[in-house]
Amino acid sequence: MSNGLDAHIPAGPIDKKWELHKFESKLINPANRRKYDIIIVGSGLAGASAAATLGELGYRVKCFCYQDSPRRAHSIAAQGGINAAKNYQNDGDSVHRLFYDTVKGGDFRSREANVYRLAEVSAAIIDQCVAQGVPFAREYGGLLANRSFGGAQVSRTFYARGQTGQQLLLGAYGALSKQIAEGTVEMFPRTEMLEVVVVDGHAKGIVVRDMVTGQVSSHAGDCVILATGGYGNVFYLSTNAKGCNVTANWRAHKKGAFFANPCYTQIHPTCIPVSGDYQSKLTLMSESLRNDGRVWAPKKPGDKRPPGQIPEEERDYYLERKYPSYGNLAPRDISSRAAKQVCDEGRGIGDTGLGVYLDFADAISRLSEDAIRERYGNLFDMYHKITNENAYKVPMRIFPAVHYTMGGLWVDYNLMSNLPGLHVLGEANFSDHGANRLGASALMQGLADGYFVLPNTIGGYLATQTGKKGNVNSPEFKKAEEDVRDRTSRLLGIRGKKTVDYFHRELGILLWEKCGMARNDAGLRDALKRIPQLRQEFWENVNVLGANEELNQSLEKAGRVADFLEFAELLCYDALNRRESCGGHFREEFQTPDGEAKRNDEEFAYVAAWEHVGENSPPQLHKEPLEFETVHLATRSYK
Amino acid sequence: MIAPGPVKRNFKLRVWRQKNGQTPGRFAEYEAREIPADASFLEMLDIVNESLITRNEEPIAFDHDCREGICGMCSLVINGAPHGPNSATTTCQLYMRHFADGDTIVVEPFRAGAFPVLKDLIVNRSALDRIQQAGGFVSVRTGAAQDANAIPIPKPNADRAMDAAACIQCGACVAACPNASAMLFLAARVSHFSLLPQGQPERTQRVRAMLAQHDAEGFGNCRNHYECEAVCPAEIPALFIAKLNREYLMAEVKTAVE
Repeated sequence: MSNGLDAHIPAGPIDKKWELHKFESKLINPANRRKYDIIIVGSGLAGASAAATLGELGYRVKCFCYQDSPRRAHSIAAQGGINAAKNYQNDGDSVHRLFYDTVKGGDFRSREANVYRLAEVSAAIIDQCVAQGVPFAREYGGLLANRSFGGAQVSRTFYARGQTGQQLLLGAYGALSKQIAEGTVEMFPRTEMLEVVVVDGHAKGIVVRDMVTGQVSSHAGDCVILATGGYGNVFYLSTNAKGCNVTANWRAHKKGAFFANPCYTQIHPTCIPVSGDYQSKLTLMSESLRNDGRVWAPKKPGDKRPPGQIPEEERDYYLERKYPSYGNLAPRDISSRAAKQVCDEGRGIGDTGLGVYLDFADAISRLSEDAIRERYGNLFDMYHKITNENAYKVPMRIFPAVHYTMGGLWVDYNLMSNLPGLHVLGEANFSDHGANRLGASALMQGLADGYFVLPNTIGGYLATQTGKKGNVNSPEFKKAEEDVRDRTSRLLGIRGKKTVDYFHRELGILLWEKCGMARNDAGLRDALKRIPQLRQEFWENVNVLGANEELNQSLEKAGRVADFLEFAELLCYDALNRRESCGGHFREEFQTPDGEAKRNDEEFAYVAAWEHVGENSPPQLHKEPLEFETVHLATRSYK
Repeated sequence: MIAPGPVKRNFKLRVWRQKNGQTPGRFAEYEAREIPADASFLEMLDIVNESLITRNEEPIAFDHDCREGICGMCSLVINGAPHGPNSATTTCQLYMRHFADGDTIVVEPFRAGAFPVLKDLIVNRSALDRIQQAGGFVSVRTGAAQDANAIPIPKPNADRAMDAAACIQCGACVAACPNASAMLFLAARVSHFSLLPQGQPERTQRVRAMLAQHDAEGFGNCRNHYECEAVCPAEIPALFIAKLNREYLMAEVKTAVE
């Protein structure tokens, strides 16, 4: 609770906190709810579920997304599954076990009370989605099927083939569509948020740009909710959709919202390796594949024989060797790092030497090719389309890639940021995954926040805000609109020599090298020197053609890259400050003799929440100490 | 389907350029040079756009987002086929290795009265969202659900529902149909729910409301050309349209009798 950062964690034993808090929170009576205007930015799992639920409760909701339909938000691309503590498999799962696995999986850098609540509501999410008609995989008896994901020794992951995110989003989109039809939610597709408006210290609205006409306009309300996803595209190449960006979060940060733990970025171990510099994105191969696929690399450095010619005894199944109890289902950060170590030793495969094998030969001979096709057919098809290789016959080539960002805007237990009125949901906030997210937990968190948490906490804020609604004609809104227009004119006026993508790619290479899978003091200091130079060059030499008053994709991209160029610096500051290794944040100076992450609980068991204090000043650090009352801090081991 | 040839290839593009919905469009010709065979179709357009911007010419506008075949944002009619020549493939999953060095490639937007062009290759597909709003959901209040395992659903039914639910709402079925019908899309949505017990209470009104909205948006009727099935990147079978017809007939009879 230093520096005025109060997480508002309710008192009481951990398994009673949420129940007591819900009872003690203020409510808005049903007849009064229609007097409140709620602005939601983003329509992925978190945004769509929140918009649908709040609309259903009777609030007046406006929901914004940059895609042409809310159903296209990037949650749709999540493949593998969603966790829930249902214990349908009778394998010893419980709310407490999911809670414990998540805290441990996050390398003891998340907030206990939030994680417990997440585990607590997880079962209701599955009930809700099934009731909506989400066609989860089933057993022949008609009951729900499960599979295993990394970092767990139980089967608690529910899935819909390799398209779980798509089906969950369709469920939330259906609920949202119903509310749109009923008039409780007004939807604004192809609309991008470019500014948060603060009135008397509270977030009361936003400024948006219509991406078809270029019109800039304001929307006022009683509170603002950001559900705008993660910032993985700061690395240029990632598994994110091309449009994913940090702009909404960054604009809010510059208006006072603290950015927490930006250095916690998840590098996913099983992606298709980079094949050339023309490449625009990386494609994930679901973690679920590691249920049946075995990861290996040649034992000998420089062994360039085709995989089929490398005999069994010359292969190193390094995950099974190093982590016998979790094997191929070791968590993401650990599996990625192990792949990097193998490649650093010169044992990487493929033309670039940056890859390892994910081999299904054993599973196919044990279960049959059809059984594997039934489980992962669409993933094998996707792999074939991209690489032109048949993974039923030759092992997949995989390599880690930027996938998810655990960091995000700081929020308290109510999911409200330190900027009153601004609430942040899903990947956009920082709260539940600590330094590493376990597989199949992102979908769980997005839907927990939107369906069950925020609708129960928002009343507490709204009840204090009677008569304080924002007004689009007030000077605060006019000023924010002016800022947006100025920024746009500046971008369009530079007419330099280089494209937006050039700068984005340069930034991505720099960050991947200096602040990617491994980081060190000198590299981060170098990045902190070079990012401002690149940013300056951008503002002097970028070429953004066309006008504002039209559909202008270069302009959209330019605005986002400009924000990435600022945000990247904060990411590096955070990585430099955190002189320990934990989860996805690996500082080379801090490792055990066998190359595992070495945490420093004495000095770093805190959330780093950064405050923006001006364009040319370094960000200011605020610390929220992490107190572990239920789980004992321990060295994380999957051996 | 893999065209043999060099690792880097050259193509001639004929691309539809249109400033906005109010201005008539036209084809423009571009050279796509030194394109890696392993680049995707959209990466090829990225490369062309980079060179256009460097020459101070406006880049080609096209919709895209996830670039892994699931979001349904990318479109394009490539050499006359929505999403290009390969089956079960979105434009973003189409790779240049499928085109021969020196090929001329014609790139147009999805064409349908209900999909007005916004700019170049970008069309407005919000009509599909309005069809969903007419009934593409199960009405269940958040928190009102029973235990997920309370209703066992036979695996074949759940699998069949999933086959239908896999639709990515890209609209290729509309672009391929001589009548610009969105029946395959509609059939997929209706079938997903009618195959599941959760969809039963609203079954009758859902199909009637969604079909009425489909017609009101200006989509045509199905005349069994099956072009939709041929281009569908999610491989939704046209058999679902037969199911849709049956659903609609039963709903009409039920409504008339009651």
